[in-house]
Amino acid sequence: MDYIAVVLLEILYMIAFLALISAGLAIVFGMMRVINLAHGEFVMLGGYATIASSKAGINIYVAMLLIAPIVVGAVGLLVERLIVRFLYGRMIDTMLATWGLSLLLTGLVTLIFGNTAVSVPAPIPGYQIGRYQMGGYNLFIIAVTALLLLGMWMVLRYTRVGLIARGAMLGADIVSALGHNPRTIYMLTFTVGAALSGLAGGVLAPLTGLLPSSGGAYIAKAFITVITGGASVVAGTLTTAGLFGTVNQVVSFASTPVVGEIAMLALAIVLLRLMPQGVTGRFFRNST
Amino acid sequence: MSEIVVETRDLSVHFGGVFAVNNVNFALRERELRCLIGPNGAGKSTFFRSITGQLHGAESSGRVLIRGEEVTSWPTYRIMRLGVGVKTQVPSVMSGLTTEENLWLSASRASPDAADATVEEIVAELALQPIARRPVRELAHGQRQLVEIGMVLANRPWLVLLDEPAAGVTGQEMQRLVGIIRKINRTAALIVVDHDMHFVRMLEAQITVFNQGTILVEGSADTVLNDPRVREVYLGNRAR
Amino acid sequence: MTGSGFGVGRIRWNWFAAFAALLVLLPLVSETNTPTLLAIWALFALSLGLMWGYAGILSFGHAAYFGLGAYTYAIASFNIGESTVPLLLAVLVPMVFAAIIGAMMFYGRISDVYLGVITLVVTLILNRFMNATAGDAYRIGNARLGGFNGIPAFPILNVPGEPDVQIFGTPYYYVVIACLLGSYLLARLILGSKFGRALVGIRENEARMELLGYNVPALKTAIFAICGGLGGLAGALFANWAEIVTPSVFSLGQSAEVIIWVIVGGLGTLVGPMIGAVLLGMLKIALGMQTSIDNSLVLGAILILVVLLIPSGFAPAFVAWRGRLLQLQAYRRHARRSTRRRLHLKEAE
Repeated sequence: MDYIAVVLLEILYMIAFLALISAGLAIVFGMMRVINLAHGEFVMLGGYATIASSKAGINIYVAMLLIAPIVVGAVGLLVERLIVRFLYGRMIDTMLATWGLSLLLTGLVTLIFGNTAVSVPAPIPGYQIGRYQMGGYNLFIIAVTALLLLGMWMVLRYTRVGLIARGAMLGADIVSALGHNPRTIYMLTFTVGAALSGLAGGVLAPLTGLLPSSGGAYIAKAFITVITGGASVVAGTLTTAGLFGTVNQVVSFASTPVVGEIAMLALAIVLLRLMPQGVTGRFFRNST
Repeated sequence: MSEIVVETRDLSVHFGGVFAVNNVNFALRERELRCLIGPNGAGKSTFFRSITGQLHGAESSGRVLIRGEEVTSWPTYRIMRLGVGVKTQVPSVMSGLTTEENLWLSASRASPDAADATVEEIVAELALQPIARRPVRELAHGQRQLVEIGMVLANRPWLVLLDEPAAGVTGQEMQRLVGIIRKINRTAALIVVDHDMHFVRMLEAQITVFNQGTILVEGSADTVLNDPRVREVYLGNRAR
Repeated sequence: MTGSGFGVGRIRWNWFAAFAALLVLLPLVSETNTPTLLAIWALFALSLGLMWGYAGILSFGHAAYFGLGAYTYAIASFNIGESTVPLLLAVLVPMVFAAIIGAMMFYGRISDVYLGVITLVVTLILNRFMNATAGDAYRIGNARLGGFNGIPAFPILNVPGEPDVQIFGTPYYYVVIACLLGSYLLARLILGSKFGRALVGIRENEARMELLGYNVPALKTAIFAICGGLGGLAGALFANWAEIVTPSVFSLGQSAEVIIWVIVGGLGTLVGPMIGAVLLGMLKIALGMQTSIDNSLVLGAILILVVLLIPSGFAPAFVAWRGRLLQLQAYRRHARRSTRRRLHLKEAE
């Protein structure tokens, strides 16, 4: 009984983890069809912002929930103005330029913070289920992710801002018809996406030692979660995060974590091959 | 009675529950020239694509036969190799290459040993000399259409499918187009899909009228255009 | 048949001979260790440039074949002891792998972005897998896979038939140069052939080529496999140069680097990618020797700038400039000739 609870919690955590790191990328891809390969580095920057400000004395929750999104959001705004906005519509060029950006950011952070891992302790202590010791912080991550997804969904569904955003997904002319400048909307969308990536990085910072190269670990998983998810921002991300998270953990429990990860990646290839429009291109087509 | 070269039996195509083509039985004879007309959304394009094998992501039932061979689930290139030539709605050419290079690609697949000779013949037939060496992206719309028709002919097909060949074409070019189509018809069967009634009348061919995925009526231009059902369906169109 | 599209099969033999001579004579004035590595990178870049520039297939994980070539060579040479078969396998295994992945993608009509994603994920899988193969349990025949430490000390290239006569140093440089020049000639041959022209047609308009009766998925799979094989050759040559193979040969960084080499050097030419590889390779080596400027930073900045400012890379710009120069010369010659004719003067030779 305890074992099942542990397994379920681990699966839930994995799903939350995937959804959390993918949220920012999903917004940017879902709304603007922009593939930001520097997304992993945005997450990494959020982590560094959190750790740096926490070490400077700021409360850890403020650091991760407020400072990280703001800092990375600002970086995202800069990136959009200087690079991304010239490449809208050119998907491959965007991928290449943002790949360059990811290299640049990695190099920059290495220059500033050096190549040794930095870390910050988790603010929530562990707890016990039967014989098993669980990380309490994981529950916090699950909670934050759930709230985030719920918030995104509600904003998209029920607010005017969300309406404009969904209009933007359908095309720039819809946005103009609603009386807004598409360029401004894209700029804001990219910034919000970056901020969410920073938030993810901040929340995940207490988990492991952070390195300038940590971004690489996030980008692949976020990437496949978003692309296989399809156009629907919340539904897509949740569905594929659910699929991948479950497969990853179940296979990991059956053998090793590496095999679990490979199984997840292989599943991604299969899904992409069978459903090139993404899961929500095939099923749940009218979801948000 | 000449043989039937293209046939569909009980052909139905649907996308996510909507029947774009509904139980269509169609037959085309050897060296026949047929026009497909019908209002927007009538299913002409879907029908067209079910013959060329370009339906992706649609569910279809029924059969498509070309010269007795069942091609219902064949990939496009395999159908084309039976001797079919297709000209699409939007001019589909290799814009970065010259006219000659475009023609060469077509000729060399069908008749590899006579590719250069075939290219010369087509250039002469369609009077393409002035634009032979120019990159196609520099050509005007009507000229591009001509290059595409040249590519279609370089295959020496016995069945030619033209999707809206008169779109965006000037009056003089239309005369030329009709002439080309009549010339092709001497050796090949043709299916022409178009909206332009004036053009369709000029072709003086048998007409098949599509509506809501089914064939409404078939016959000569006069028969079809005087049919009250057709008039009703075209309400307000220039079906004069 | 002239025109920007099909002229690519011609080999300018005088340039080629001059360049080959330069390469052959290089050891007289310089050490060969670095040039060997640069030549290997040039070959790797050529393998991507051929596929991307002429058939329009951009793989985000081309390092997969580089790595497969390297690992296949190391494992095979451990098990066989003589190097000829391992080298052949190092080309064949990546080729077969590429054929399988390519077929899966192209027959499934996957293109563009999704192609990039799938190729990226394949490389990731290989990387993850190889990184985790530490310990005695993971071995193929005599070769232990070694996890993230890799496989060291495998038998390097030897003269075919004589396992004790090893090839390294300057003789090895000549082997690599021969492979590079040979691959370049092969690429030119392909491009001048019907197959090559069909690939250019596919790059220009895939749908139209299908309507002309070309078996597009088969053609794309074929070039993907060939370029996978060439990438594998580069990997095997790299293994012999480094005398160790580690999972870093499958890294995203390696895939990113080769893309940057091709795009900076010039997409759409054969020489461009090789030049890009050599120049950026030299830059990388130079940067590696100091610590104040980080290699990633420079490479990233270069990639961003190139994409924003010169999306096709330097070589096509150079080719266009040269093309205009030639046109101008031809025009002048024509003008001179017609003037002479008018004045009833004899034509100059």
